[in-house]
Amino acid sequence: MKLKTWKELEEGGVVRNTPTSPQYKTGDWRIKTPLFSESDCTHCLICFLYCPDSAIKVKLGKVIGIDLDYCKGCGICANVCPKGAISMKEEEI
Amino acid sequence: MKVETRKFVAKTGNEAAAFAMKQINPDVVAAYPITPSSEIVMIFSKYVADGEVDTEFIPVESEHSAISVCIGASASGARVITATSSQGLALMHEILYIASSMRLPIVMIVGNRALSGPLNIHCDHSDTMGSRDCGWIQMYCENANEVYHTIINAVRISEEANLPCMVMMDGFIVTHGMEKVFVLEDEEVKSFIGKRKPLYSLLDVEKPITLGSLTLFDYYLEYKRNQLEGVIKAKKIINDVFEEYRARFGINVPSFVEEYNIEDAEIVVVVMSSAAGTFKEVVDELRNKGEKVGVLRLKVMRPFPYEILREKLTNVKVVGVMDRAETFSTMGGPLSIELRAALYPLSKRPLVQSFVFGLGGREFGIEDAMKVFDILKDIGMKNKITEEYIYIGLRE
Ligand code: SF4
Ligand code: SF4
Repeated sequence: MKLKTWKELEEGGVVRNTPTSPQYKTGDWRIKTPLFSESDCTHCLICFLYCPDSAIKVKLGKVIGIDLDYCKGCGICANVCPKGAISMKEEEI
Repeated sequence: MKVETRKFVAKTGNEAAAFAMKQINPDVVAAYPITPSSEIVMIFSKYVADGEVDTEFIPVESEHSAISVCIGASASGARVITATSSQGLALMHEILYIASSMRLPIVMIVGNRALSGPLNIHCDHSDTMGSRDCGWIQMYCENANEVYHTIINAVRISEEANLPCMVMMDGFIVTHGMEKVFVLEDEEVKSFIGKRKPLYSLLDVEKPITLGSLTLFDYYLEYKRNQLEGVIKAKKIINDVFEEYRARFGINVPSFVEEYNIEDAEIVVVVMSSAAGTFKEVVDELRNKGEKVGVLRLKVMRPFPYEILREKLTNVKVVGVMDRAETFSTMGGPLSIELRAALYPLSKRPLVQSFVFGLGGREFGIEDAMKVFDILKDIGMKNKITEEYIYIGLRE
């Protein structure tokens, strides 16, 4: 992304093309990755409710995977899942 | 209408400020009371209760909240005024920077009062000098009449520059001193200030925006330079707004500085706020004896009008700078330090003596002002400065 010069910035630092947060891929921070096992999942959606980054992808009431662009690897989903359907794996660097 | 034919009333500085606010009829006022400026909002709240203004008056639980409410209201596009003093201003400190960096017009009226400690309720400039680098415009007034007119101008300046603006008066000396105030008609004020045209509005749901977003090493430097540009441009706005005001209403309210007998002066005292009146009195006396002395009253501290100070002081022999605040830099008060820095690039510049006076409301009388001129005359004779700074009125 080309950064703006000081003259190109809007006064007061107003950001107009909202929302801009999707442009910021917070998944970069992750040191552990959640692995989702579809066969163990009962689609109770507890993980979806708890995920602080809305990274649990749900379609028609069913968990279809994890959005690794935004998942920060906090492990909450793995912790709250009553079926042990999510496990955390060390990122390989 | 010329000033001679204009209606005048007897008002204290606080009353004059509240009256200006009434005529301005701001959308939102949020404030917390603090001596010596409490009366401003007290009187104004009566106007609100009596239905004389349409203002949404928000009494808050602290000054930190007062300024935060002002920011929210201003970001929504409202015209906003608040008032405070001393510790109250200090409590607002962290939020002051946010108001200016978000380029939000807010008018804040300050009754200058010494900062604790030790605890004191009387006048000095330590409170607002402590926030002079917050990115706000700062205008220091000499008397109640100037306070009234400056507040009206401040609304325009603040909104055209998109910068918050403080209007100062000396605590008790001006806040509680009854003076002659020439007032405008309500209609004149209304037509002069017009309607606010905000840069943006938080409440505009058709055009959603993000404000105050995280700005790290990749943008903070550019952001600050951009903010500085707004302050640089504010100089012309300050000049033009006051000029228009003087032309329209025939009221001689100065913009950046007030010159008093400085054209041919060899000795000039640079001073702010109410103490300028004392110096003018002494200048009259000394001029009668044929001495070439004058006073340059600095009204605007931010943005610092160094160009004007250079022009006005380059040919003066000795300058005395009066600071009603200490910096603990061990080289004098804030004004003297900045003035010397402003004059330094000149090839021809005066000797500049720094003075500290009137801290915590210590009386500053005719004899004290006379003593300042005596010291400056002596410096002129010896052509040399021997003391980095001099405390006036100090028991030794
Ligand atoms: S909490 Fe576990 S079982 Fe429930 S939807 Fe999420 S992964 Fe499936
Ligand atoms: S690890 Fe944390 S951020 Fe990632 S999907 Fe699970 S709860 Fe969400």
